[in-house]
Amino acid sequence: MTTFNLTETTASKISSTLTRLRHQMGAPAVGMVLTLVAVVDEAGQYDAVRAATEAAREHPSRILVIINRSPNEHNRLDAEIRVGESAPGEVVLLRLYGELTEHAHSVITPLLLPDTPVVAWWPCQGPDVPAKDPVGRLAGRRITDAQAARDTVAAISGRADVYVPGDTDMAWTRLTPWRSLLAAAFDQPIGKVERGVVEGAAGNPSAPLLAAWLSDRLAAPIEVADSSGPGLTGVRLAVAGGGELVVTRTDARLATLSRPGHPDRRVALARRPTSELLAEELRRLDPDEVYASAIQRLAQLSKSR
Amino acid sequence: MTEPRTRAEETAPATAATGTVAETVTQAAAQAAAQAATQATSEQVAAANPLSLPNPLRDPRDRRLPRVAEPCVLVLFGVTGDLAKRKLLPAIYDLGNRGLLPPGFSLVGFARRDWAHEDFAQVTYEAVKEHARTPFREEVWKQISEGIHFCPGTFDDDGAFDVLAMMLKEIDETRGTGGNYAFYLSVPPKYFPVVIEQLKRTNLAQGPSGSWRRVVVEKPFGHDLNSARELNALTNAVFPEESVFRIDHYLGKETVQNILALRFANTLYEPIWNRRYVDHIQITMAEDIGIGGRAGYYDGIGAARDVIQNHLLQLLALVAMEDPTFFDADSLRREKEKVLSAVQLPADLAAGTARGQYTRGWQGGEPVVGYLEEDGIPADSITETYAAVRLEVANRRWAGVPFYLRTGKRLSGRMTEVAVVFQRAPHLPFSKTDTEILGQNALVIRVQPDEGITVRFGSKVPGTAMEVRDVLMDFAYGESFMESSPEAYERLLLDVLIGDPPLFPHQREVELSWMIMDPIEEFWASQGRPEGYPAGTWGPASADEMLARDGRAWRRL
Repeated sequence: MTTFNLTETTASKISSTLTRLRHQMGAPAVGMVLTLVAVVDEAGQYDAVRAATEAAREHPSRILVIINRSPNEHNRLDAEIRVGESAPGEVVLLRLYGELTEHAHSVITPLLLPDTPVVAWWPCQGPDVPAKDPVGRLAGRRITDAQAARDTVAAISGRADVYVPGDTDMAWTRLTPWRSLLAAAFDQPIGKVERGVVEGAAGNPSAPLLAAWLSDRLAAPIEVADSSGPGLTGVRLAVAGGGELVVTRTDARLATLSRPGHPDRRVALARRPTSELLAEELRRLDPDEVYASAIQRLAQLSKSR
Repeated sequence: MTEPRTRAEETAPATAATGTVAETVTQAAAQAAAQAATQATSEQVAAANPLSLPNPLRDPRDRRLPRVAEPCVLVLFGVTGDLAKRKLLPAIYDLGNRGLLPPGFSLVGFARRDWAHEDFAQVTYEAVKEHARTPFREEVWKQISEGIHFCPGTFDDDGAFDVLAMMLKEIDETRGTGGNYAFYLSVPPKYFPVVIEQLKRTNLAQGPSGSWRRVVVEKPFGHDLNSARELNALTNAVFPEESVFRIDHYLGKETVQNILALRFANTLYEPIWNRRYVDHIQITMAEDIGIGGRAGYYDGIGAARDVIQNHLLQLLALVAMEDPTFFDADSLRREKEKVLSAVQLPADLAAGTARGQYTRGWQGGEPVVGYLEEDGIPADSITETYAAVRLEVANRRWAGVPFYLRTGKRLSGRMTEVAVVFQRAPHLPFSKTDTEILGQNALVIRVQPDEGITVRFGSKVPGTAMEVRDVLMDFAYGESFMESSPEAYERLLLDVLIGDPPLFPHQREVELSWMIMDPIEEFWASQGRPEGYPAGTWGPASADEMLARDGRAWRRL
């Protein structure tokens, strides 16, 4: 891997350095399919870059990492360019100082790959309205993470108010294996679900979101109950005429599925690392309408409560 | 196959977001209203008929949720074989690791071994550890190993099949698999009749209503038209055609499926995909290995029956067919059948075909023996290890465009590709010397080992003189998408369990392919010994002459 540091630089200098490095390396950047813009703080930078680089194996990308530094210093842009064998794309870490912290989009815009999608990702605390954020405006896909917010449940419940197609949240991505297992369980008719409960660690934003999705799809009241975790630990759905469909997972790896009239079955249901979540997000870049209706339901439920 | 399509669509939301956000917000509101309306109606339907209602948790718009089969049992005959160890068992694990196996999924091995369930689980574990594509995870292994069973016995042992039937019934109860069984016959074709007869006798071929039974067979599907029909009659007497899944693992490869995306999702290629622009098409499957341990199967079969009849003719069909109305099994198969029935043999089979047999030589730095010296091959064998044919497709799109198909063992390298070679520009404004080294434009679909697409075109050589030379533009599949794309068997096994047939050839396609091959095989049988070619070369001289007569040459791979 080649690392290249530019201090007190500009977007055009970064751009020409990228081109020069690409020629030197024998075009390692061929086949990049999107630009991923990650907005993080210095503490979250390492993990975000690692996850993005791993996801880039599946989706070769130009990864632009915006790190806002002190707004009290004089205006300055430092860049760290990484090109190399570890991933098929390019990584550029941009450190912004002074007033420039308010104008990150001016640095990003010239560095976006032409005519390919742009994805914005806030692994830390995200903006209140992602679609109106200067960086978010540039992106067709905006990924937030309610888990990183100060009030996680309030964050996910508030998403519907500012939703614009293209928004999505990692709290939703984390649910895919759960939703997939539940959907598979419903492939064999089971009857009307009358009520249910989703159990998860207190403050886990995925729990109320899963409850909202289930209640949206099943048209039944679904409660959220706290458990000792880790993450989600169970879903219990009471079926008309007695009986319960239950998925429990206490070790964050292996779940047990039980339904009336059937033997219990164990199913792998591991929590996934951020890189896999991000790779899933990048797989389909069209608006996620099912997510939209789930957060709308969640907003309704939390307002009526 | 949906990936490239997604890429095309996603530019739209990107521009929408950079434009007016307010506008998209209104759209969202409208969408939400529309969704509410559909949901209301589906609830009404549900209330009216609670039993026939569709799965409420599934939604065609919910594309994060993968397709997962119903709970079912996969019964694998021939678990001790090489294919099972190297491909099938690892593919099952990889499916599990990707969350694509249904809860309760069970695997039953059947073989002549004195094994208990645990022994078979151990064999599976080792196969997975060694050959699985995805990382090993304890919880996935736990899920799979709970469902592993083994049934010892031989195919002619009625008792063993009675035990199998009982075992499956028990699995239905303990694992909730609901009577859904797929029988995978990874055994030599001579055992098909007895296995299928046993499945019929034990009533395993017919499930109770609401459950399914499927049978998976591997190539070869016969060795000529008649034997293919006999084999099919035998299978169809027990399993209806829609329950028979014929595996041609080439069709499970991402690149092969991508041929359809490339052709029918783009506008760029269709206008030139015809006789007005295409000069000829070369379809190659080259292997660097010899026949290895397959002497018993290979001798008397030969390269043409082993590879051209299935893999290469399927590739030809996908490259040459018209666009299907829908992307479903019926439409796809209809188009493939149409183009296969339009295939025409050369009028003079001696000039339009070539065959060879490898002789002692050096292959990639190692001395190797000739075909006749391989273990188990009779010294007077006339089986070909190299075959090339020149076919035409008699329709408006392709009339007069030759399709050259070739395959061989012990060639210089291992490579499967489809090359569409275009005509030269009708007029070149440059002087002859400027374009002396300019070849023909070509679009190459690389199927293996390095999946991708290459375009060859002329470009100016930097400098003051106007000199034009061929350059390559490369799209590597692994580079733009997956780090490692799913193995063909993963995809095909999943499709069997789901019951999705587009990637499996229909019996009619098999028969049409034999109709193309039979006259060639008959002609060859009357021609004595094939021409020898030294191992490690690109085949016999007659194959080169076949193209030279048309003023063309094989691509050097």
